[in-house]
Amino acid sequence: MIRLEEVAQDYGDRRLLRDVDLHIAKGSFHFLTGPSGAGKTTLLRLCYGELTASRGRVLLFGEDRKDMGRDALADARRQVGVIHQDCRFLDHLGVAENVALPFTAAGLPVPADDLRELLGWVGLAAQAQARPPTLSGGERQRAALARAVIAQPAVVLADEPTGNLDWEMSLRILSLLVELNRMGTAVLIATHDLNLIRSAKAQVSARVLRIAEGTLQSAGSDL
Amino acid sequence: MVPGSGFTAVLTTGTALAMAFLAVFALALGLGADRLADRWQATLAQSATLRISAPAGEMAVQTSRALDILRATPGIASVRVLEPEEQRALLAPWFGPDLPVERLTLPRMIEIVEAGEGFDPVGLRMRLVAEVPGAVLDDHSRWRAPMVAAAAHLRTLAVLSVALIAAATAAMVALAASFSLAANAQVIAVLRLVGARDAFIARAFTRRFTLRALAGAALGTGLGMGALALMPALDGIAGDTALGGIGLRGRDWLWPLLVPPFAAITAWTATRAAAFRVLRREG
Ligand SMILES: Nc1ncnc2c1ncn2[C@@H]1O[C@H](COP(=O)(O)OP(=O)(O)O)[C@@H](O)[C@H]1O
Ligand SMILES: [Mg+2]
Repeated sequence: MIRLEEVAQDYGDRRLLRDVDLHIAKGSFHFLTGPSGAGKTTLLRLCYGELTASRGRVLLFGEDRKDMGRDALADARRQVGVIHQDCRFLDHLGVAENVALPFTAAGLPVPADDLRELLGWVGLAAQAQARPPTLSGGERQRAALARAVIAQPAVVLADEPTGNLDWEMSLRILSLLVELNRMGTAVLIATHDLNLIRSAKAQVSARVLRIAEGTLQSAGSDL
Repeated sequence: MVPGSGFTAVLTTGTALAMAFLAVFALALGLGADRLADRWQATLAQSATLRISAPAGEMAVQTSRALDILRATPGIASVRVLEPEEQRALLAPWFGPDLPVERLTLPRMIEIVEAGEGFDPVGLRMRLVAEVPGAVLDDHSRWRAPMVAAAAHLRTLAVLSVALIAAATAAMVALAASFSLAANAQVIAVLRLVGARDAFIARAFTRRFTLRALAGAALGTGLGMGALALMPALDGIAGDTALGGIGLRGRDWLWPLLVPPFAAITAWTATRAAAFRVLRREG
C-alpha cells in the first residue's frame, strides 16, 4: 500500500536517508528503530506524503507522490492514521472533537458510539470534553492514537507512541494496534523501546527495521 | 474548525460596516446624479422659444417676419407657432385650465428646434431687435448643458467610488484572512494531517469571514440609509440643485439593500482566494 523505492532524503546539503526501500503491505507489522536523530520521523513523514523524497519514488496506494494532486494526497491521508511524535491537536476543541476529526474533515457523520467506546478503551472517557493542552503527555498520546485509528485506516503509522506512557498503558496501546493488525490494518511503529518490540513479537510476526548511518536495515534476530 | 480571532473579526466587521456606509452614500450620489442628468437633459432637448409681445394689430406681421428670420438662420431645424391649446397647457399651472386664451392678448410663442451645433443666439438677437421689436428669445435651457455634463460626471465618479469601495473591502478582508490563515498554520497542519482537502479548510475560513462581512455591511447599510432618511427634503427650486439631487427617492431605496449581499460575496471571494493561495504555498 505504501512503497518506497530507492528513496533518499536531504536536508540542505546533508543526506539524512539513502537507498531506502520499504514496502508496507496490507496486514504487515513493522517496527522502526534507530538512535535519536537517525531519521525515523523523517521516514514516517515520507510514508504519509508530508515530505516529497529528494530522490527515488514514493508510492501511496499505487500513485507516485510526485504526481499526486493536493486532493488526491488528502484522500490518501484518510487511509493513513498517523500518531505524531508531538501529537498535534486543535487546542480550541475538546478531546472527543479532536478524535473525531478524520470523520469531520472528510465531511462524514461522526459515529458517536464508536467514538465513546474508543475513548473508553484508551482511558479518556472522563476527558472527552477536556481541551488537549490540559492533558498529560500520556493522555495526549492516547488521544492521538484514538484519532489515528477511529476511521479504520488501511495503515497506521505511529511515531514513538508509547514515549510518555507507563508500561501497563504501553501494553494496552500495543494490544490495540495488534488487534487492528489482525483485522488487516498495516502497522508501523517507530520506537526505541526494545521491551515493547519483544512483547509485540510474542503476539504477531513483526519485521524490525533499523536506521543506521542513513540506510534502512533489517535488525538482527536478537530482537 | 478554526478558533475565533478577535483582531481579524473586528477588522473584517468594522471594514465592512464603514465601507457599506460609504457605499450607500456613493449609491445615493450616483442615483441622484443620474436623476438630475436625466431631468436636465430633458429640458435641454426642449427647444428654445421665441416670444412675441405686440399690439393685436401688429402681431400677425411681426410673427411672420420673425418666422422668416428664423427660417433663414443657420442651425435651426424647424420652427412652429404654438396652438392656443398648447399655450393654455403651458399656462395652466399658473392660471388654471379655464384660461380664455383666445380673448387675452397673450404673447405668441414660436417653438424653435435646433439642428446640429445650434444657432448663434447673439447674432439672432441682433437681427430680431432690428426687425421684430416685440420678440424675446428665450434660450435659458442652454446654460444647463454644462450642468448635464457635470451630473453625468458625478454619476461616473459615484460608480468609480463604489468600485473602489469594493476593491478596498476585498483587499482588507484578504489581509485579515491572510493574517488569520497565518495565525492558524498549526490548525491547518492538523486538518491536512487528518486528510482534509483544501476546499474543506478554505470553507472553514470563508464561512467565518463571509458572515462577519455580511453582519458588518448590514449594520453599515442600515446606518447609511438611516442617515439619508434624516436628510431634510428639498423641494421645488432647491430640489433641482445638486444638493437636492443627493438622496434616494422611491424605488431607489431598494438599491442599498444589495450592499450587504455584495459585501458578503466580495468577502467570500477574497477569503477563498487568500486561503487557496496560502494552502498551495505551504506545498
Ligand atoms: N525540516 C528539517 N529541516 C532540517 N533538518 C531536519 C528537519 N527535520 C529533521 N531534521 C534533522 O534530521 C535529523 C533526523 O530527524 P528525525 O527524522 O526527527 O529523527 P528521529 O525521529 O529518528 O529522531 C535530525 O538531525 C534533525 O535535526
Ligand atoms: Mg522522531
